[in-house]
Amino acid sequence: MLFFAIIAVVVVLAPGSGVVAERFFSPQHLWQALVGSEGEPSVLGAFWLNVKIFTVSEIFILILALVIAVVRGMPGPVFFPFRLVAVAYTDLFRGVPLILILYMIGFGVPGLDLGFISYLPDVIYGVISLVLVYSAYVAEVYRAGIESVHESQNAAARSLGLTRWQSLRFVVLPQAIRRVIPPLLNDFIGLQKDTALVSVLGSIEAARAAQIYGASEFNYASYVVAALLFVLITIPLARFTDRLIARDKRRREAGALA
Amino acid sequence: MSEQPALLLEGVHKSFGENEVLKGIDLRVEPHEVVCLIGASGSGKSTLLKCVNLVEPIDSGRVIVAGEEITAEGVDANRIRRRIGIVYQSFNLFPHMTVLRNITLAPREALGTDRAEAEKNARALLERFGLLDKQDEYPDRLSGGQQQRVAIVRALAMRPHLMLLDEVTSALDPELVAEVLAVIKELASEGMTMLIATHEMGFARDIADRVCFLEAGRILEEGPPERIFTAPEHPRTRQFLGRIIEAGRL
Repeated sequence: MLFFAIIAVVVVLAPGSGVVAERFFSPQHLWQALVGSEGEPSVLGAFWLNVKIFTVSEIFILILALVIAVVRGMPGPVFFPFRLVAVAYTDLFRGVPLILILYMIGFGVPGLDLGFISYLPDVIYGVISLVLVYSAYVAEVYRAGIESVHESQNAAARSLGLTRWQSLRFVVLPQAIRRVIPPLLNDFIGLQKDTALVSVLGSIEAARAAQIYGASEFNYASYVVAALLFVLITIPLARFTDRLIARDKRRREAGALA
Repeated sequence: MSEQPALLLEGVHKSFGENEVLKGIDLRVEPHEVVCLIGASGSGKSTLLKCVNLVEPIDSGRVIVAGEEITAEGVDANRIRRRIGIVYQSFNLFPHMTVLRNITLAPREALGTDRAEAEKNARALLERFGLLDKQDEYPDRLSGGQQQRVAIVRALAMRPHLMLLDEVTSALDPELVAEVLAVIKELASEGMTMLIATHEMGFARDIADRVCFLEAGRILEEGPPERIFTAPEHPRTRQFLGRIIEAGRL
């Protein structure tokens, strides 16, 4: 609280505070940026694209990451090449900055001239990039969850005659996924924000719309509007994550008493 | 003994790295026989049971269940495990499933029993062991004794030919031991073939047709419980039982 108070005092007392108030917080500009006008896109309308990118990416990430995590856990020498691919995948896509992946996919794939694959809308290449990068992170989250389920659970399932796959599907994964929901949601808060980076491929999402507004009006209230929109959808997800963590903690403590 | 043995072990060896845990086990269990394995911790009792269930692969020797060598190349371990029930010291119920689902999972997924049939069988078993009112509970809401009885029911739901019990009362509070032992006694009285690793000597004496004393990976002595517990031949057996009596456990 004190931190925010100091920031507020500095901003208000700074020599240029009047200029900043006009450039960033003018009510008229805030409203105009939000709803848009003849020449400028509405930041709110553009934000709808972020929501769509986020939602579609999230679904694919949850699936692809689970596949990678499961492949990485497959035992025995037969699956060694598959494990190797999974490890290489996570190493590569966690290591390269998202913005570089965006450039490579967004400008590289169209350059390949591969029929329709090279003529998709820019936003699709953006979604593909987000899915590739975030799946690498989320796969590691899943993997941590799978490894946190005690081996005796798998042993009990296998002892009953269930196959390795059945044990994974019915016994290990349901417990693993329950445990990693909080860290998964944490990654998705990051994903919500990173949808703004898709604008480098030319898609007009909230951050890009704010930039267009700022460039034509010489007023940056549009950035404040975009920032508030991102915060507004992040907060509910963050509170939901907190609640799940608290619930998990209560359960563990109840379990320890039993 | 014209009948095929329910279980036959021939020269079973098992090592974990340098540590040889089973040094040539020969054991024959007849149908409907109850055999108890006794011996100090680390004598190889649990490992022996895990080898019979193919949870641990053996290094050499043979395990033959109802005439079929299950340790042969290319035997489907899943098919074998469906015929052999094993219950562990630590219950290992699935915490995210209700009691009923714990019991019906394997019959439905491994045997392909339809849901109604599997649940009917599960309820019948739960009723028999006084657990029917717990069918919708989650395992962590049950006492240790109840959990272990559910684990036994879960194994029974597969209609096994052979039950392996691995120190099933060791993790229980003393006052909960009796209810679990009562279940095992009932199974024995119905003719279930069982191989039981146990520290409960009184129980072993009571229930076993035959007792095997394991020491350092070998069966040192075996025989009917009356003889093993009153007139053991081997000095190591005498020493082991002497300590048990000293501790007031027999």
